[in-house]
Amino acid sequence: MLNQVVSSLRQERLPHIWCPGCGNGIVLSALVKAIHELGCDPDKTVVVSGIGCSSRAAGYLDFNTLHTTHGRALAFATGIKLARPELTVFVLMGDGDATAIGGNHFIHAARRNIDLTAVIFNNSIYGMTGGQYSPLTPVQKRTTTAPYGHLERAFDIAELARGAGATYVARATTYHAGLLKNLIVAGARNKGFSVIEAITACPTAYGRRNKLGNGLQMLLWQRDHAVTVKQAAKMSPEELRDKIVIGELYRAEAPEFTATYEELVARLAQKEK
Amino acid sequence: MSGPAGVARLMQGNEAVVEGALAAGVRFFAGYPITPSTEIAELMAERLPLVGGKFIQMEDEIASMAAVIGASLAGLKALTATSGPGFSLKQENIGYAAMAEIPCVIVNVQRWGPSTGIPTAPAQGDVMQARWGTHGDHPVIALCPSSVREAFDLTVRAVNLAEKYRVPVILLMDEVVGHMRERVVLPPPEEVEVVERKKPRVPPGDYYPYRPDEDGVPPMANFGDGYRYHVTGLVHDEKGNPTTDPRVAEELLLRLHRKIYDHLDDILSVERYMLEDAEVAVVAYGAVARAARRAVKEARAAGINAGLLRPVTIWPFPEREVAELAQRVRLVVVAEMNLGQLRLEVERAVGGRAAVKGIHRVSGELITVEEILAALREVPEHA
Amino acid sequence: MAGAAAPKVVRLEVQRNWCKGCGICVALCPKEVLKLDEFGKVTVAEPAACIGCGRCEDHCPDFVISVEVEEK
Repeated sequence: MLNQVVSSLRQERLPHIWCPGCGNGIVLSALVKAIHELGCDPDKTVVVSGIGCSSRAAGYLDFNTLHTTHGRALAFATGIKLARPELTVFVLMGDGDATAIGGNHFIHAARRNIDLTAVIFNNSIYGMTGGQYSPLTPVQKRTTTAPYGHLERAFDIAELARGAGATYVARATTYHAGLLKNLIVAGARNKGFSVIEAITACPTAYGRRNKLGNGLQMLLWQRDHAVTVKQAAKMSPEELRDKIVIGELYRAEAPEFTATYEELVARLAQKEK
Repeated sequence: MSGPAGVARLMQGNEAVVEGALAAGVRFFAGYPITPSTEIAELMAERLPLVGGKFIQMEDEIASMAAVIGASLAGLKALTATSGPGFSLKQENIGYAAMAEIPCVIVNVQRWGPSTGIPTAPAQGDVMQARWGTHGDHPVIALCPSSVREAFDLTVRAVNLAEKYRVPVILLMDEVVGHMRERVVLPPPEEVEVVERKKPRVPPGDYYPYRPDEDGVPPMANFGDGYRYHVTGLVHDEKGNPTTDPRVAEELLLRLHRKIYDHLDDILSVERYMLEDAEVAVVAYGAVARAARRAVKEARAAGINAGLLRPVTIWPFPEREVAELAQRVRLVVVAEMNLGQLRLEVERAVGGRAAVKGIHRVSGELITVEEILAALREVPEHA
Repeated sequence: MAGAAAPKVVRLEVQRNWCKGCGICVALCPKEVLKLDEFGKVTVAEPAACIGCGRCEDHCPDFVISVEVEEK
């Protein structure tokens, strides 16, 4: 399979910069396979990313790729998609990138229901700067800026996206890489703002400090803590406390922003005649 | 156009910016409401969909700047408008546009600052921010209109320079020029010079997105046109790939400057008013230049050989023009609605060859003809 | 296709120079096909044992392993 999609990578740039055992490469691999399965024309495919470890992903892809400023990927992508709606636009962000510095852009992209497929690499930490807490760091976990354990509550990205108006919300872990690929495919097919949260391991900046082991052990932790939507439906909040619910979490119908704008342009043109 | 070209109309400066933008081919606007620039967004919202363009009010100023860059990369000429506090927020991505060489225009209708200041009062306190607002040694072009008609012309020119040099261009307005109404006659569309960005002349496989032509400017492929490449704010090689190679970093930054500073003849423009035989001169820009012109006229009537040098391109600073002026006059009066931001540049360019005197007003009130005239009368004995 | 699994041909390819030796593929392989060599990089030790499940490929963070399965 990989051989079929490896042509979508800028192979001269590999190996990538990520640490051994880092899950970002697994997410990127799922994304490439999803784009392949979707049959996207590479010339019409755009990948926008923000800043952080995960956002380096864009540079390895042989599409129209834009590595932007921290937190702003969705705002850049909004400009691209509105200017040229025929392009298929994927937006890759980290958890801090998307929900801290980029939190405002995230909720407003969701509110507009603009046809972008956002893949959020959630590794619970700011990896590139060496392990500071993010809005997704679980309470009590240790980070360089939470040396006594983290005091704040974490966001639930899926609930945030749903509450803000996203019309497709899903979650998978890097252990469930096949599911992740399928969810990205389904998200991209949704005409609207789609959010796929990918739970991924940062063994270097998060795992080590919290004694979670290496990349493999963190991957196995994902396996042991993930429950499907179906399983979760039968579980109590107490049972779900340390679980990750995976699968398609939410889907809705709503007008898509760029299509609505195109309709306005057409309507005004009609009036002119 | 909202009215036929060639017919006299009463028009506001901000409105003229919109007319200029549309005439120059701008088809994308992203912005956020802020006094005293808001009319630009309001009019763009009305006009752009009528010409098949796109308008979006983003969630904040940062996002507006980002969306403008994204749209430009997707092939539309793009512009945003803001004022003081919003201009501060846009700086991050103005730097991105400079680094990634994405054409775009930022209109800053200056108001009293710092901070929220007096939103409705004019000022020229963003002169240095226009030059150095974003971090790093970036190049930038800033133009400064002083009339409604010139707001139209310089918006066209700003768009053209942005496209030609792949650089963010700042239209540095002020509240007076933005809000005043004047009788203007706009040129017919066929008389408006419109510049398009250079397209690649090679097939995609041979395209190096950051390999410059002789003029220092690389041809630009739009996203979606079949040239797949990488754009980043990181230091990048000619392929667009990130690198930390010191030689590549240095050459990139020097080229970003060369592409502007090697073309000063094209980029710089100043207005010279009654300077031929002038012994004293005013340097003023934007709204203040209007009072300065009148002061020069009145000084002449009073027998003082005065003249006006008005930087139209304010960045890069027209220092040769000021230096040349300094050789011919005894006194240069710099009048500006700040505490001396351009005066320092003028002093540097004058280099002690003439006396330099500043008139600075930071009350949110205009500098008057009388104040400038009084300064022109006080020629130092041995300057 | 009832009954026993259809016979298949599995092609396992390794792009060794991209491998960072994280060992995820080795641990997840149900048939002990893969191992890390003396340089800590992945190598195919038992190619004949491969059932083509693709776990190694799906979980390799470094695009090192490609699994092709051809049904006969």
